[in-house]
Amino acid sequence: MHSFWIIFKQAFLTKARTKSFIITTLVVVASFFLLANIPNIIAAFEGDEAEENMLHVLDETAGLVPELQTQFDLMDSGIEAVPTYLTEEELQESIAEGTIDDYLVLTQNGQLGARYISESANEMGSGIEIENAVQALHTELTAESLGLDDSQVGQLFMPIEFERQAISESSKSQEELSQARGLVYVLIMLIYVAVIYYPNMIAMEVATEKSSRVMEILISSVSPVKHMFAKILGIGTLGILQMMIFGLAGYFSIQTAGTDLTEGFFSVMGFSEVKISLFLFAILFFLLGYFLYAVLAALLGSLVSRTEDVQQLMLPMMILIIIGSLIAFSGISIPEAGYVTVSSFIPFFAPLVMFLRVGMLDLPLWEPLLSIGIMLVTIGILGWFGARVYRGGVLMYGSSQSLKDIRKAIRLGNNK
Amino acid sequence: MALHVEQVTKKFGDFTAVDNLSLSIEEGGMHGFLGANGAGKTTTFRMILGLLDPTHGTVRWKGKPITYANSPEIGYLPEERGLYPKMKVEEQLVYLAQLRKMSKADAKRETAAWLERFEVPHYGQKKVEELSKGNQQKIQLIASLLHKPSLLILDEPFSGLDPVNVEMLKRAILDFQKQGATIVFSSHRMDHVEELCDDMSILDRGKVVAGGSIKKVKRSFGNLKVRLNMDADLSGLSEISGVEHFTKTKDGALFQIADEDVAQVLLANAMNLGTLRHFAVEEPSLEEIFIAKVEKNHA
Repeated sequence: MHSFWIIFKQAFLTKARTKSFIITTLVVVASFFLLANIPNIIAAFEGDEAEENMLHVLDETAGLVPELQTQFDLMDSGIEAVPTYLTEEELQESIAEGTIDDYLVLTQNGQLGARYISESANEMGSGIEIENAVQALHTELTAESLGLDDSQVGQLFMPIEFERQAISESSKSQEELSQARGLVYVLIMLIYVAVIYYPNMIAMEVATEKSSRVMEILISSVSPVKHMFAKILGIGTLGILQMMIFGLAGYFSIQTAGTDLTEGFFSVMGFSEVKISLFLFAILFFLLGYFLYAVLAALLGSLVSRTEDVQQLMLPMMILIIIGSLIAFSGISIPEAGYVTVSSFIPFFAPLVMFLRVGMLDLPLWEPLLSIGIMLVTIGILGWFGARVYRGGVLMYGSSQSLKDIRKAIRLGNNK
Repeated sequence: MALHVEQVTKKFGDFTAVDNLSLSIEEGGMHGFLGANGAGKTTTFRMILGLLDPTHGTVRWKGKPITYANSPEIGYLPEERGLYPKMKVEEQLVYLAQLRKMSKADAKRETAAWLERFEVPHYGQKKVEELSKGNQQKIQLIASLLHKPSLLILDEPFSGLDPVNVEMLKRAILDFQKQGATIVFSSHRMDHVEELCDDMSILDRGKVVAGGSIKKVKRSFGNLKVRLNMDADLSGLSEISGVEHFTKTKDGALFQIADEDVAQVLLANAMNLGTLRHFAVEEPSLEEIFIAKVEKNHA
């Protein structure tokens, strides 16, 4: 146990102290804060925004601009309607010169009408707001002329109740789903990055020890199996630490940014109604996925003689992860598809796909448990198999780098 | 016998890397392995270390097989140098010693002492890749004996070193032996083996072609020579019985003789012929024995 702890500590500390690790962590944390503060930064650059939202209105009605302004205010659009005394030609010239962006011609020939003129179609977005405001003004005027009182108008415009309901028992309500989707997406992304990044680290680490031949000293001191698992746990702990730093940084960056985003993000991401179980599942599937691929990576790393060959041998493993992630990401919109269900029980895809299903569907508990069980068994088998390959692989030096070497490695390690 | 290797054979598929090798080393003894590349030295060492299991035969260290339980008693210097290139010297020496169950404080103290001894005390905080090959080799040797093993296995400890460093490492190894360690080392430099060891084995294609104490090996190899340096014509002496071969040299002649007694007869006869400037009985060098043994096998 003593030497296990020493290898564990060494794997953890030497990696945690590398420049690349520290820089990566800092860059990611910094980018979180940067992203969260983008609205603030943009605001700082644009300075006084009031002018941007000034709408020049050429009023051909009986002074309806104040009423239009009331509608803008009601819609919270931030648009300020300013009556203008210029002619249309002059206004168009101003647009051409760039002194104003757009203007509105308000007419009333028995019925309220408007023309919205802007430099390019890009301004059409705000056109919709203006159209809505004019429409609302028209409704108000009409109601007035018909002699309806406020409560009658209110009844006329009361929004209907429109609710979506899904029949399938396992599917979540629409509201829950849209909340879950954001969070599940982010967490799948994290798991995906983690099962690529950290196992790669292990493979590189093992290959480095092998190519520098320090491996021979190591495995004459402690058993290769102990060495392998101590390393996997050490780097795994490092991974959890890094993920926790990212998680906290993400949380605080949004909290402290203090923009509209904060509230919006938290509701979109489902944080407002944090489902603790979902996070626990995320951590669980991260760990399972990590161990599964870490053992595989250690096995593959033990087969190469030079670090340059690691990537080549890791390719099949990467393809597995990528297929898993494709299934998971496509499954976000169709979590009940048959192929998603099936692949959530295939150990190499399960960490991503089963997590997706747990997040997007109300599954009976036995399904994730079965999938976790399958993964645990697979990790056990891979661990046993990996240890056998590892024992021989670390002693094997040669030019050929292919999966065929697994057989050679087992034969070499076999007679232990 | 402290280290006992008995009839050990190692096969990789159809290839026999080590063939029925037996070897015994007394406690505190130093045993040299001679062999060309691929002769089976490293495979033998790996079996002694327990990294590979023999196909047949047994290895015993003080009566017990070598496992990870007694790995703290063993020190190993691999043929291909093995250190973390990017780790600081002190850090990695302490790490490797800790893996052999040495305490961190002891390891630090010993590291400092050894670096001092090898005249490189300031290397503790340097990365291994920054050191020259010779200095890396010093660190490698420290790594193998820092934890005070009682059995030290050195695979080609002197290769790639300049003479000054070879001398320094030799001294260190001899001192370590004096403290009671049993040492096995391999080399293809015969002079190193001849100088350091009492016993040796010559390996060729997995087989021991000559082994035992160096003296005995030389005796049994025969090929004793007498060198005579004098101006008189010495060709007549080749008629003496026991002289197997006669070669004229620049300064006199070289006689290959059957045994040491013949040398006395030669000396007595030579003195009758004139003034003798030089007389010597020459034992065969290990190099001759090695070449003879190995080449005979390959022929």
